[in-house]
Parts: sequence; structure tokens; C-alpha cells
Amino acid sequence: MNASACLDISNLSAVLPNGARVLRSVSLSVQPGEVRALVGESGAGKTMIGKAVLGVLSPSVRIVEGDMLLEGEDLGRLQPKARRTLIGARTALIPQDPLTALNPSRRIGPQMTDRLVRILGWSGQRADVRIRQLLDEVQIRDPNRVLKCYPHELSGGMRQRVLIAAAFAAEPRLIVADEPTTALDVTVQKQILRLIAQLQREHGTAILFVTHDLGVVAKISQKVSVLYAGKVVEEAETAALFAAPQHPYTRALMAATPRYTDPFASLKPVDEAVLAGLAAEIAAADQAWRRPHG
Amino acid sequence: MDDSRISRHGSGARLWLAGGWLLLALLAAIFAPLVAPQDPLAQDLMFERLPPFWMSGAEPGFWLGTDSLGRDLLSRLIFGARIAFVVAFAAALAACLVGSTLGLIAGYFGGWADRIISRIVDVWMAFPPVLFAILLVAVLGTGLSSVIIAIAVIDWTRFCRVIRAETMGQARMDYVENARIAGYGRIGIMLREVLPNVVPSIVALLSLEMGIAVIVEAILSFVNLSISTDDPTWGGIIAEGRLSIHQAWWVLVFPLVTLILTVLSFSQFGEGLKARFDPVLR
Repeated sequence: MNASACLDISNLSAVLPNGARVLRSVSLSVQPGEVRALVGESGAGKTMIGKAVLGVLSPSVRIVEGDMLLEGEDLGRLQPKARRTLIGARTALIPQDPLTALNPSRRIGPQMTDRLVRILGWSGQRADVRIRQLLDEVQIRDPNRVLKCYPHELSGGMRQRVLIAAAFAAEPRLIVADEPTTALDVTVQKQILRLIAQLQREHGTAILFVTHDLGVVAKISQKVSVLYAGKVVEEAETAALFAAPQHPYTRALMAATPRYTDPFASLKPVDEAVLAGLAAEIAAADQAWRRPHG
Repeated sequence: MDDSRISRHGSGARLWLAGGWLLLALLAAIFAPLVAPQDPLAQDLMFERLPPFWMSGAEPGFWLGTDSLGRDLLSRLIFGARIAFVVAFAAALAACLVGSTLGLIAGYFGGWADRIISRIVDVWMAFPPVLFAILLVAVLGTGLSSVIIAIAVIDWTRFCRVIRAETMGQARMDYVENARIAGYGRIGIMLREVLPNVVPSIVALLSLEMGIAVIVEAILSFVNLSISTDDPTWGGIIAEGRLSIHQAWWVLVFPLVTLILTVLSFSQFGEGLKARFDPVLR
């Protein structure tokens, strides 16, 4: 437990209706102003952790134990309405797919200001000034045009910029960035990543950065949690992790990352012996977990 | 790029043709006493079964000929449009209101609300629609309002099914999740975020449903179950025309053509509107 942390997750476990565990006693914390990367393969539960924090888990996933503290407030103990308000005021999401994250039938401007006005009670004018300032920060040079556009009139990169601006607009304490560059063109990915890093520094916002890309982890984060099958297998400072990965899975994951220096080398899957070892480790952990939990 | 231009052009022509016919028919219906060349109820046995204007034996002033009682066919069609349009608008709006509301609720809230509404729709759709309509009118009694109620009661399921599916698709979108994270209430999200995105479908369905209402009204008046007064209805004229088809084919053919054009225009008008106003298709 860490009372000063921006986000503190301890011992979080979640199950599906069939009893399968999808999060296995996950603990991680994000300090104020810090970028924590959450890295793992597809299906490892990275996104699910983000959704759990933001209170938008799919109804079939049930949290069975553990605590989530957002700036010291226990999300599990709050009434639903108070929790909504708290999450709405202190957090934001930079989503994976900018194509579906904006409402197609509303213009960008009202869509961005709406939240500031309705949820935070700002005046329309204040919200408008704020949005323009943020659009400038994400290097949108013609805000008048963009604010009048419908989402489908903008490119994927532009939409992601708009979403980044919207995420930072209300000065949240924590942003969950859910693979924000995955759906974008490779050339745009770099710009977007740089933009997120820059705004994060300027605004001092803590970010839980969900990704499967170790290259991105190295560029943006100070700390890393490596996730496999809903279990944190290793956590460390980013520099330390890349210098000396401790867990065999982390090492295997790094070995499996393709290198630009050797573009013709065939892609290497994660070593099977490592996965077998992990499976045994998880099975043992589940066994131990089930005993007290029935 | 080219494809979108072609489809846009196509939807434009479709929209204008269908809209043009509907506007013409609507204006004729509204101003029926002014535009109808004859009194639709005036019988004149001297003028029975006059052919349309281009055939020999036609009389000036009776453009589409007369029926077996000497009544002017064009005037009867124009007055028949009044009932057709009143039924189309009222019944389609009522069906739309009920069906779309339930569809939105079922699609957005899911769970038990969806299960209950969907089961009702399933049961409803097991009834044969025309027989159901006849049964309803028989119970409610003939008359304009009974016809409107019967059509709305039968056809709200069409709206419910389509809007439910559309809403489910929209509710899964990230922008809805984003709105939830921002702290909007469920009903607020449903009305402000989801509803505008299903409006194009509602509009298209509404127009389609108006065409269907016209057909159902024609069927009901064909079997003499629509309105009980002497006012001409398209279905009634068709029923009369059927009896004299060998002597006066025009009494059957012109109301049929009018009916088909109107129904087709309603459905095409709706599709055209949807194509034009759906921000994603556009």
C-alpha cells in the first residue's frame, strides 16, 4: 500500500463466469507524474486492468478480490455514483482505436467541450478557450476547421491528436493510454508517441501506458510491469529491465522483438520452454489461491 | 473515391424522383377539393366506364376515365390519397415511436430488459400480419383510427428489431465507453450519444413503414374493413376495378400503379435520406 500513489492496485483478481481467473493478484502502482508501462502479449489482461481502473469492465468479468486506490480513494468502497464522478474528474482514456472513439454523428468541437461543460461545470467560453489551447499543444494548426469537422472528415492521426487533447483537457491526474499507437500508420505512430510524452511532461500527468511493444516501453516509460496471463511476472525501472531482465519470460519477450538491424531474420516466437515454465508457475499460484477462496 | 461519387449521385436522383412523386401526391391530397376535376362521389350513368383520355370514346374532363357508376377515376384517386397519407403518417409515426423506444432500451441496456422486449417481439412476429390487422379492425370496429392503431400495433416490431440491433452495435463503440468514463449517466449516453447515430436508420425505416402502411390500408379497404364511409380509398377502388376488369381495365390498373409508385417512392425516399444524412456513409 502506498498512500501517496496516484494509482495503487493491490492484489487484484478477476474471474470470468466460468470461474477462469483472468487477473491473478495483480499489484502495481503509478506515482504522480510517472509513466508506468504495462506490457504483455494479446490476452495477457493489460487492457482489462486499464478498464478495471476506469470502471468500464465488461459485466461478465467479476473482480473477486483486491483494492484499487485512485489518489488514496478506494474505488471499491465508493457508491457507484461517487465512483463515476471521481473517475470522470480524475482520469481519462487515450483509446486504442481513434476511428471508433469519437462519436461519428457529432462535430469535434461540441464533442470536446461537452465533457468540460456538463461534467466539470465549466462555462462554454472557458471550455472553448481550453480546447483551443490543447489543440495547439497537439500541433493542430487550424483549430477552427477541425472543431467544425465530423470525425470521419479527419485522418486517423488527426483523430488521435484530438483524443489526446481531449484526454488532457480536464487536467486529469491519471491517463490510461490503451495501445494508443497500435491502430495508426507506422510513420504517424512516432509523432503521436512523442506528443503523448511531451504533454505528459508538461502537464505532469501520470500515465498507465498499455502496450505490447517493448520499443515503445523503452521510449516512454519510467517503470514497467510485464504481464503474462493476468499475472505480473516482473516489474522494474525501465532502464533496469532492459539492462538486466530478471524473469525468463521477459528475456524471451525481448529476444522475440524484431530488430531493424537485421530485417531479414525470421520472427522468433517466445521460447516454448519458458512458456511451459510459466504455465507451471501459474498453475501452482492458482492452486494456492483457490485453497482459501474455494 | 469514384465509387462514393457514383453512389452519392445515385442516391441523389433516387431521392429527388421519389421525393417529387411523394410531394406531388401529398399536395394533391391536401388540396384535393381544388385540384380534383370532378366530385369523386358524383355518379352519372350516362358516363359509365369512360376510357382514359387517349382512347376513342373519352370525354374531356374525365382524364383517367370513369368507373361502372360513372364516377371520375382521377378525382377518386386524388381523394383516396388523403386517407392513404393520413394513415401512412399517423400509423408509421406511432409504430416508430413505440418500436424505436423499445428497441433503443433493449439494445442499450441489454440484460433482462432486452430479454423481455425481444421475447415479446418474437411472439408478435409469429402472427400473420394481414390476418392480425383484419382481426384487430374487426375487434376495434372500422374507422380511420382503428386502421391506424391496427397498423401501429402490428408493425412496431420492425422498428424495434432494427433499432435494437443498431443500438447494440453503437453501444459497443469506444465513444460510448469514453462517455461512461467521463461520467455521463446511462440514460444521458443513450439519448445524447447513441440516439443521434441511429436516427438515419429510424428515418429510413419511418419512410419504408409509411409505404407499408399505405399497402396495409389498401388491403384493409380491399376487403372492406377500412373506413366505413363513402370516401374513396385506393384499396376500395382496386376492389371495384377487379369486378369490371374485362370492361374497364383502367379502374384496376390506375389505382394499382398509383399505389405501387407511392410505396416504392416511400422506400426509396427513406434509403436516399439515410444515404445523405448518415455521416459515415456520406
